[in-house]
Parts: sequence; structure tokens; C-alpha cells
Amino acid sequence: MKPVGPVWRAASILIALGVLAPVLSLAWLAFGADLSHWTHLARHVLPQAALNTALLLAGVGVLVLLVGTGCAWLVTVCDFPGRRVLHWALLLPLAMPTYIVAFAYLDLLHPIGPVQGAIRWALGFDSPRQFRLPDLRSMPGAILVLGFVLYPYVYMTARAMFMTQPAHLMEAARTLGENAAGAFFRIALPLARPALAVGLSLALLETLNDIGASEFLGIQTLTVAVYTTWITRSDLAGAAQIACAMLVVVVALVLLERHGRRHQRFGSAQRMRAIEPRRLHGAAAWLACIAATLPVAIGFVAPALYLLWETAKRLRLGGGISDGLLASLGNTLALAAGVTLTTVAAGLVVAWAVRSQGSTTNRARWQARAATLGYALPGTVLAIGLLTPALGLDSLLAGLLRREGLPLMSAGIVLVVACAIRFLAMPVGGIEAGLARIPPALEQASRLLGESAAGTLRRVHLPLLRPAIAAGALLVFVDAMKELPATLLLRPANFDTLATWLYAEAARGTYEEGAIAALAIVAAGLLPVMLLARNGLGAHVEELPN
Amino acid sequence: MSAALQLDDVRLAYEGADGLHTVVEGFSLSLDAGRIGCLLGPSGCGKTTVLRAIAGFEPLRAGRIRLGERLLSSATVHLPPEERRVGMMFQEYALFPHLTAAQNVGFGLRRLPQPEQRARVAEMLALVGLAESGGRYPHELSGGQQQRIALARALAPSPALLLLDEPFSNLDAATRERLTVEVREILKAAGQTAVLVTHNEAEAQAMADHIGLMHNGRLTRWTA
Repeated sequence: MKPVGPVWRAASILIALGVLAPVLSLAWLAFGADLSHWTHLARHVLPQAALNTALLLAGVGVLVLLVGTGCAWLVTVCDFPGRRVLHWALLLPLAMPTYIVAFAYLDLLHPIGPVQGAIRWALGFDSPRQFRLPDLRSMPGAILVLGFVLYPYVYMTARAMFMTQPAHLMEAARTLGENAAGAFFRIALPLARPALAVGLSLALLETLNDIGASEFLGIQTLTVAVYTTWITRSDLAGAAQIACAMLVVVVALVLLERHGRRHQRFGSAQRMRAIEPRRLHGAAAWLACIAATLPVAIGFVAPALYLLWETAKRLRLGGGISDGLLASLGNTLALAAGVTLTTVAAGLVVAWAVRSQGSTTNRARWQARAATLGYALPGTVLAIGLLTPALGLDSLLAGLLRREGLPLMSAGIVLVVACAIRFLAMPVGGIEAGLARIPPALEQASRLLGESAAGTLRRVHLPLLRPAIAAGALLVFVDAMKELPATLLLRPANFDTLATWLYAEAARGTYEEGAIAALAIVAAGLLPVMLLARNGLGAHVEELPN
Repeated sequence: MSAALQLDDVRLAYEGADGLHTVVEGFSLSLDAGRIGCLLGPSGCGKTTVLRAIAGFEPLRAGRIRLGERLLSSATVHLPPEERRVGMMFQEYALFPHLTAAQNVGFGLRRLPQPEQRARVAEMLALVGLAESGGRYPHELSGGQQQRIALARALAPSPALLLLDEPFSNLDAATRERLTVEVREILKAAGQTAVLVTHNEAEAQAMADHIGLMHNGRLTRWTA
């Protein structure tokens, strides 16, 4: 078959370069600029921020591994009341962005909030001075809050792995004298290790990306430091230097993920009789039920109920919804729609160009890897990296149009590009998987019937890819709605999304309409989780980039 | 209009990790317009590769492929598949799953005006005896019906040459026997030049005017 036309290939290479641009610009900024900043940053900002980030990553890592693996194993080997619901309900915290769960718990667990009040009432105290829980605004608090919304990444990959592990391996271990726990630690866990590495690295990338939760909870992480160095000190070179430090962590996490994916194949190669869950009775059954319910309750049900309650209260009091909030809703939908269109179109170009060049060639692989790198870049890092090229283009354009100001920045185009870079991996992965399922004979038949390559894409592949494209578009749309760090840094002046509206309220400490904004984001976030639960737990893992 | 097919000293190879692997070498044959030729041989003998080269899916390392007056392929010339006027019936039929039987048959007729397209589709459906099934989707058709739709689709644009890649291998024995006779009659009625690839000798005998035996990428015998 004739290789793909030069236009497709050029477009695909251009997209790959666009994704790499922020990384290159960061390196240039950080090392090309005034190095005297290094000393100031090195002495005053970096050590504490790096230590905080390291502690946070370590704590969240341990917690998501324990909760995610534990729940996946429990649901795989034991049958207990509620297991069928919990099997998918354990994914629900994925709908809860980290900044929203922190926002909700800050109010829920406030010294004069409902939970502490109830405890005091039960214990017979009447003042917060006599009894109060440890402050949530602390490192342990941040680890707990992040861990209980990010464990589903590990749960998802671990569960998919346990479901495909052949039962006879466990049985062999038992006949060789291991008890159930021994068989888990010596057989099931080592076999699942690559899957756990993938889930862990995704959860930690989210931790690194988070800006809202750590800021609300008063943890000065590298992400927060990038933001404040640029926003409050207007020090772009300094922000770029911290962002480069974060890139080191990102590279380590991506290597961990790639390592896991390479070894995942051996684990699921044999398809044999799967592990049958064993029925639990009496107290053990209820203990298992409580243990598996707790993460869902903490990571989703409690904060969601809080948001519902606050929203209902606000609406009943006649407050209604302010014009500002409605405008943010409109902005959010417009932004998400623009990002979705851009990302799906770019994803189609990359996936099609890679397929037509033969996905085994080095050049095609390199292009696909580069184009889908953005998912690993924290929003703040991406935004700082994009600022310089964007501002350069803007002054060029302003000169050409003989206009003042920043045409790309103020039209929100830079923000759309940033989100598209970050989310490109989802449609590329989905469309590549969809293309792989279309037999090559269909393409050949179409060409022999006189249709060109582009016509074949339009008349044969696009209609057949519709489900894959729709699923990719849904994931991108919802993630763009939730996006906070890049939006904070790149949005046009006076442009608020639901996420930045919530951020502003939480930063001010005024809890007015934040709950309504949060509820809208969580409701939208439930859609992809439902898709994930319906398509089986394995599907989403495969859609992520390789 | 059907045309004569001419292959001269064709060499085909694919690039593996450890260099070039020759699959077909020194391959020549000629087939007059309106005749049905058959390449017969065990799997792996290179017969499908020859078919794919005629269709334009494999580049030629050496030699020439001509159809009538036109040069389709040589070491330096490669006409894209859509410009060859070569039709193909695939082993798995390759019907477009999102289109009805009639839309499948009409796929290659886009350059005709609408009324002519409709007339041609109806004519082809009638030719393969499925005039009533045009509105059905491929998955609603039996294996034999899918096969006949695939034939109608390949014949609809009046190709100069029709290629058939193991066309009956997915059918049960009774259907296969009936269809070989039917397909031959349809091709003969249309005066269609065709090349068939199969590993089944009975099928080759029933369908073809000429049979070529293939072994290790070479044509060992060509019978009239």
C-alpha cells in the first residue's frame, strides 16, 4: 500500500513537535536565563517544596497501593454482601477531582463543622476548645485526602490483573504448603507487580499535577511553588527552574509506567480458568463489606453528599445561581467543547498517520510517543513551558495585525492548546485501538473500488471509528471541564471556569457557590466512570498510551 | 471492458528484520481477455502475494504487470490500487459492516449519477440472486449471501480484471459446490477476465479455464 501522503505526515510531525515545544522551551528558559536565581531558589524555595513533594508522593503512593490492591484482592477472591456493586463503585472517586475533595473535607471537618460537632455532642463536650480532631491542613491530612480519591488508578489495574490470573497457580501454591496469605504474597502479588506499577505511576502523576488540594491544605509543593513564583513574583525563569525539577520526577514516573507496561504482557498471556471468589459468612462477610465500602464512602459518597446538601441549602435559601456562576458554566462548556474538537482532530491525524506509515517503523513510533507525552506533564509545568512560545507568537501576530495586546492568549487559544496537549493521549490511544480492530481488507476493498486514501478514511474508517471517537471525546470533554492548574495560569483576563471559580472561593475561604460549581463538575465526571464500569474494568487501561 | 493480463518475470519480496526475503521470482503468465485463470498451490507458495501485487498492494522488485494496454506495475512504476480498474473478492469478503448490502454494492459507483447508480446496484443484486436483500446489513446475511454480495460489489464498477482470493474457503461443502458453478456462469456471462487463487484442486477444476501450479514462489506448470 502506498504510504500516507506528505500532508498527513507533516501534520502529524507538527503535532508531535507542538507537544515537545513546552519541554524544550522550559529547558531553554531554566538554563539559558539568569542563573543567579538558582541560588535564591535553591536556598529558600526548592528544598522545602521538594521535601514536601517527596513526602506527599511517598505517602500517597503507600496509601493508594494499600487501598487499591487490598480492595482489588478482596473483591476478586471473596464474595460478600454488596460485592457486585462495590466491584464498580470502587471506581467512583475517579469522578472527584482532588481540589473538590479537599474543598469538601475542609468544610466537613472544620472544628465547628458537622463532623466534629457531632463527635463533641456524642462525647458530651460543648466547645471546640475542649475537643478537636487534628487539623486537616497538614501533611497527613493531604496524604489521606489525595490517597482516597486516587486509589482507583491502582484498583483498576490491579483488579484487571487479578481477574485474568489463572486460578491453578494459586492452587499449586496451596498444594505446596502455602496458606492463602502466603499464596497472595508469593504468587498473586508478584504477578500483579507490573500492573501495580502502572496504576501507581498514574496516581502519582495526578498527585504531582494537583494544585488545589495541596494549596487549600497548606502544603507548599513544587506545583504550588511554580504557581506562586510566576503569579505573585512574576519570575518566569524561576518558575521554569522549579518546573524542570518537576520534570525529573515526571520522567522517573513515566519510566516506572513504561516498565510496568512492558512486563504486563507476560502476566495476561495465558488465559485459563479465573480465580473463583469464595463465599464469606457471618462477621467475616460484614467486615469485608465494611472494608471495601470505606474507600468509596470517604473518596466519593461523603463529599458528594456534602456537595448535594450545600447546593440544596443554597438553592432553598433563595440565593439562586449568580450571573457570575452561570457565565463560568458557559465558559467551562465552551472551553471543553473547543478542547474536545481540537484534541479529537489532532488525535485522528496522529493515529491515522502512524497507522499508514506502519506502526512498527521507528519514525511512526517516535511520533506517536512524542504526541502522547502530554498526559504526563503537570498542568503548571505545561503552562509555564507554553508561555514563552505563546507570548512570542502573540507579539508576532500583534505586529502583523497592527494591534495591541495578546491575540492568542486573550482569545483563550493558548489555553485550548495546553489542554489539547495534556489530553491528546486519550483519543490517540482509543482511535489507534479502534483502527487496529478494522481489518485491512476493508481498506483494500475500498481502494480497489476506486476510493482514494482520504476518501477511504471518510467513508469507511470514520463511520466505523465512531464509538472509539465518542468515548475519547467524552473523556477529553470531562477532563477539560475539571482542569485547574493550566487554566489558572493561561486563562484570559476575567475568564472563569467552574474549576477556577471554586478555586477562588476556596482560596478566599468563602463557601458560597463553590458547592454548586463542584457538584456540576462531579456530575459530569460521573459519565466517563459509568462508561468505564460498563465497558469492563480492563478497557480504560488499554486506552492509555503505550 | 475486460482486458488481457500479462505478467513478465515478476519478482516479489518483503523486508524483514534481517534483510530482503524473496517470495516470488521469475513469475510470468498471460491470460486472454474473458478467460478465468487459477493459481493453485499449498499455503505459503506465494500465490496470494502475486494476487496482491496485481491489485497494487505489493511493490514489484523486478518485472512488469500489464492489463490490456496499460502498465500497472514495474520496478519503477506503481499505479495506486484505486486507479487500476481491478476488482477483488476477499477471502473474508471484507464487506463494510456499517453499510447495507445495496450500499456495499454501490460503494465503487460514486462517479455515476444517482439514477444510474441505483439501476446498476439493482442489476448487480439481481445478477447474484439477492434482489430482495439490498436493505440488509452484512451481519444479517448468511455466509453464502455475503459471498454473493462481495461478488456483486467487485463486479459493479465493471473492472477490467477480477481477482478472487480463496473465495469459497469459508463456506460449507454443499454451498461451495453450488456457488462455484454459479460464480463461473456469472463471470462467463459478463465476459469477465478473472484470476482465482485456491489450494483446492476440485474448485480450480470447476472454475478455471487455465490452471497454474505454484511451488516455492515459481509457476511450475500452466495448463490450457
